[in-house]
Amino acid sequence: MAPVTQGISPPLARRSWVKIIRDQFFKNWSDTAITLASLAFIVLLLQPVLHWILNEARWEVLGPNLAILLRGRFVAELAWRIWVCLGLIALTAGLASGTWSGRFSGGFGAILALPLLLVLVPIFEMNTRLGLLAMSALIGTGFLVGKYGPEPYMKNITVTLLALIIPVGLVLLYGFGQDGPMQVTPPKLWGGLLLSLILALTGIVFSYPLGVILALGRRSKLPIVKMLSVIYIEFVRGVPLIALLFMAVVMLELFVPNRFPNIEGIVRVAVAITLFSAAYMAENVRAGLATVPAGQVEATWALGLNSVQTMIFIVLPQALKAIIPVTVNQFISLFKDTTLVALVGMLDLVGMGRAVLGNPAWLGTHKEIYFFIGALFWLLNYSMSYGSRKLEERLHTGIESRA
Amino acid sequence: MNFRNLSVVAFAVILGIVLAACADAAPAPAEMESSEPVESEAMPSARSTLEQVMERGNVICVGNAAAPGFGFVGEDGSFSGFDTDFCRALAAAIFGDSEAYEIRPATASERFSVLTAGEGDVLIRNTTATMTRDTDLGGDFAPTTFYDGQGIMVRAADGISSLEDLAGGSVCVATGTTTELNLADVMAARGIEYEPVVFEGNDETIEAYEAGRCDAFTTDKSGLTGRRAVLADPTAHIILDETLSKEPLAPMVRHGDSQWEDIVRWVVYATFLAEELGVNSENVDNMMESADPNIRRLVGADGEFGTKIGLDNDWSYNVIKMVGNYAEIYDRNLGPDTDFYIPRGLNRSWVDGGLLYSPPIR
Amino acid sequence: MASVVQSQARPPFWRDERVLGWLWQFLVLLIVVGGAFFLLNNMATELRAQRNIVFSYSWVGQVAGFDISESLIPYDSTRTYGRAIVVGILNTLQVALGAIVFSTILGLFWGIVSISSNYLARRIATIYVEIFRNVPLLVLLYFWYSGLFLQLPRLADAIELPGPTYLSIRGLYIPWGTPTESWNSYLLMLLLGAICFAGTIVFLRQRELRTGQVYFKALWGLSAFLPIAVVGWFALPAPLTLSQPVKEGLRIVGGNSYSPEFISVVTALSVYASAYVAEIVRGGILAIHHGQQEASSALGLTRLQSLRFVILPQAMRVIVPPLISEYLSLTKSTSLAVAVGYPDFFHTTAKTTLNQTGREVEVFLLVMVVYLSISLMTSAVLNWYNSLFEIKER
Repeated sequence: MAPVTQGISPPLARRSWVKIIRDQFFKNWSDTAITLASLAFIVLLLQPVLHWILNEARWEVLGPNLAILLRGRFVAELAWRIWVCLGLIALTAGLASGTWSGRFSGGFGAILALPLLLVLVPIFEMNTRLGLLAMSALIGTGFLVGKYGPEPYMKNITVTLLALIIPVGLVLLYGFGQDGPMQVTPPKLWGGLLLSLILALTGIVFSYPLGVILALGRRSKLPIVKMLSVIYIEFVRGVPLIALLFMAVVMLELFVPNRFPNIEGIVRVAVAITLFSAAYMAENVRAGLATVPAGQVEATWALGLNSVQTMIFIVLPQALKAIIPVTVNQFISLFKDTTLVALVGMLDLVGMGRAVLGNPAWLGTHKEIYFFIGALFWLLNYSMSYGSRKLEERLHTGIESRA
Repeated sequence: MNFRNLSVVAFAVILGIVLAACADAAPAPAEMESSEPVESEAMPSARSTLEQVMERGNVICVGNAAAPGFGFVGEDGSFSGFDTDFCRALAAAIFGDSEAYEIRPATASERFSVLTAGEGDVLIRNTTATMTRDTDLGGDFAPTTFYDGQGIMVRAADGISSLEDLAGGSVCVATGTTTELNLADVMAARGIEYEPVVFEGNDETIEAYEAGRCDAFTTDKSGLTGRRAVLADPTAHIILDETLSKEPLAPMVRHGDSQWEDIVRWVVYATFLAEELGVNSENVDNMMESADPNIRRLVGADGEFGTKIGLDNDWSYNVIKMVGNYAEIYDRNLGPDTDFYIPRGLNRSWVDGGLLYSPPIR
Repeated sequence: MASVVQSQARPPFWRDERVLGWLWQFLVLLIVVGGAFFLLNNMATELRAQRNIVFSYSWVGQVAGFDISESLIPYDSTRTYGRAIVVGILNTLQVALGAIVFSTILGLFWGIVSISSNYLARRIATIYVEIFRNVPLLVLLYFWYSGLFLQLPRLADAIELPGPTYLSIRGLYIPWGTPTESWNSYLLMLLLGAICFAGTIVFLRQRELRTGQVYFKALWGLSAFLPIAVVGWFALPAPLTLSQPVKEGLRIVGGNSYSPEFISVVTALSVYASAYVAEIVRGGILAIHHGQQEASSALGLTRLQSLRFVILPQAMRVIVPPLISEYLSLTKSTSLAVAVGYPDFFHTTAKTTLNQTGREVEVFLLVMVVYLSISLMTSAVLNWYNSLFEIKER
């Protein structure tokens, strides 16, 4: 290999702080100019923003409305059911990272840090903070159990939990029976962040198998199957989600027979989101399938496996593993897209925010409310995308180190 | 078992399902064909609305959650208002229980879809009766419960006293309403240039008006009064004298179920008639003994008028007893003692010079 | 291969992969067509029975009756629904074009900053990208619109900037040129200039091929175009007159105006998309191996030349396809304009027109067709570009 012409930086110990700062920020006149411009930019932008956050903003709007922003009109006495759901998710997340990575990585750090960061939000009540701490503890416990528990059992348990999260979570939230601690809480009471999360989670989970089927269909050698898959994928990807949501709300009734019972609003938008997400998921899976080397398939023929076996045992596992980071990214983008349901009258986080703004008592607090909603989304999305990036790096290095 | 066998089995199972589905689906076209000749006899769905309501045990009214005085959510989460009271009257007539109702809140633009889709039994949501809505939108209108007209609200400080003063200004209006169309009509007729700023619901619209996005806000006068009452400073806004349109607000039912339409129609008429004949919730029990045959027929002491519309004969008695006559409903929600006072104007009984005129029950 | 298959006994037909394949296809088709028939049949029955509606587009020619606040073509309430829909499509394209231009400029800027050698500048770019990629567009849009624009003063107290430019809750008013009688002649002059521009470029290109000498063709072309444009401007009696915004009662006349809805939608979309564009640009430049730069300087190319002839052509191949997809997704996102009441295509069609006519099926079919055609046209451009610049393997 040719020698690298760039100078190799000297060891850190020999550099003085003055030199580091000079090298980093004031190497030559253009560098100096950029540094000064950046500093000016920071000061000019940050100063009014900080001034607003610290002095002008009426943060008192959040306190009394926090509960409805986070969980909608879900009955306060039954809110523990939401916590149980969150705990289940936290435990599974911890178990999954403990079982499969078994190493304290940046991605796991992000998962663990999220509830701890949320504890710091000043407007939360004591109980909320305790709940968040419990979430952290559950993630940590899950991680340790997953790491040190007997491996095959742990994998089975984690997979079972992953499969059960959605149905168990929905049953927990919906409840059963007339009264008591598990009394039915109809979906029209679900709102705020809770609704956004439910829509994103159900969307990603249900669109996953649909996406796999569509991707296989698109790669199929059978012309009709291929054509239908392509039509579906391109059709859905060509239309904005909001159009699908409006159709689901306005037109779905037309397509089902009269004798059918009415469909809940949340089901309609969840169906629209799932169908929308499936088309994008299909493209992800297709990209994942393309990463599986052709040699793998040829090798399975040599082993005498047929095409279905090859697909299920050899190709799909590799393809789906390759798209884990992409799937996380799609979950993030889906989570952001769920805000559109506010435009069809659902009271998700944004819809709830608008409802609060409709209250004459809180006139003119738009900036505060939208800042809060934006910050919440940012925190959740950023920690997820950070985790997925770390995961991506690890999967990537994993492949390279083997090669 | 190897996979080829498995796929054959899967194939067979799916084929079976499809065949079963076909067998299930096959009668559907036949049903449709046979129903075609009787289509004009107006029984579109398998069961009539009244049957569905009876089975469900309550009546679902498509209503408004954000029209102060007409339909709004109180602090405790329950609905109240003028429109809501007519929904209660309907529940009283059908079930003898004025609480056997549910409000399905809908925005102005989705309300008709919600009704025709069958999510509600009747639309009582300050809805203006128009010919298009009666025909194209698949509805039928019951008698007008409130004679309204479109008005314009402006800031007192702007010194606007007529539509002409608004030239060049911007007007906030909610989409999907007749208001939007009337505004365009009137402004075009008078040759006034203006900037329409269109929003989805009245909430967003009034919000933008209050923020100063528009110089004027227009909706039905009834709505204006209620809206002004909840503005930060109601006295800073005035409602112009101009009336842009006729707005007869009426309950709407799905087209083609005349039995259900009759029920809604006569419940409304019963409230008119009760006021005209001096029957109210307090004296209705005494009126059972009344000598006036008109009153006796109204309260169900004589005749079998309930069964003619598929209800019990005490239907109108329940309406008056539990909800009241028109004057009581009006005063409770829009009367001088409320925050949303609107003078009765045209909404008086015909005997007092108003427009409320019910055909006799006989 | 074929002889091998034939030498074996053919499997029974229920195990023959080809027969099974056709059966599967037939089955899928049956399910899809059957399902579609079932749904459409339901719809037709429902429409006929409940509303007495027959599928038709005759309403497109009827008078719309509603006003639209901003329009690129003449429109008033006596025009037809069809006209209103076209107004909406033009508004959508206008917003999309504005957002594409601004997001590209912003994205290029932040993309280049994010690979700068300056630590501080790089950090700022990263923070910018991370903030706007992780916040929903709708929240951004509402923040911009209700949080910032609706808090501006009313017209009477408008913020006056030099120009005069007025910024108020009614929008932004800037001075603008009004064409005079000589405008058309000036356009002809510009056309002449454009021909000179193209001629210069073609000429230099030929010369380049003949001599191997490299020219900055665009620069030479501009130096042919600009004199004509400038001379034309002064030779003709003022092709444009300056129209300045003037306050007059409740409105501002003259100049050009942009409504707060338009500005909010364009700003929110631009900022949101610029974070993605920045990432695309950054990825594109980083994808070019360092060795390329070194090799081209070893060949004696100057920095500018290596950028123009080595780095950029390769980086563009990486950048353009995702960029076009980003533009497409941005165009679809303009439908969010409905949230702040900007009369884009979705607003005028799927909201106002649908509300006034009650024709869900026809309206949504139209919405689908329009968005799909935009999307198909974009894919066509993308494919064309890819085929133009794909690495020719031999």
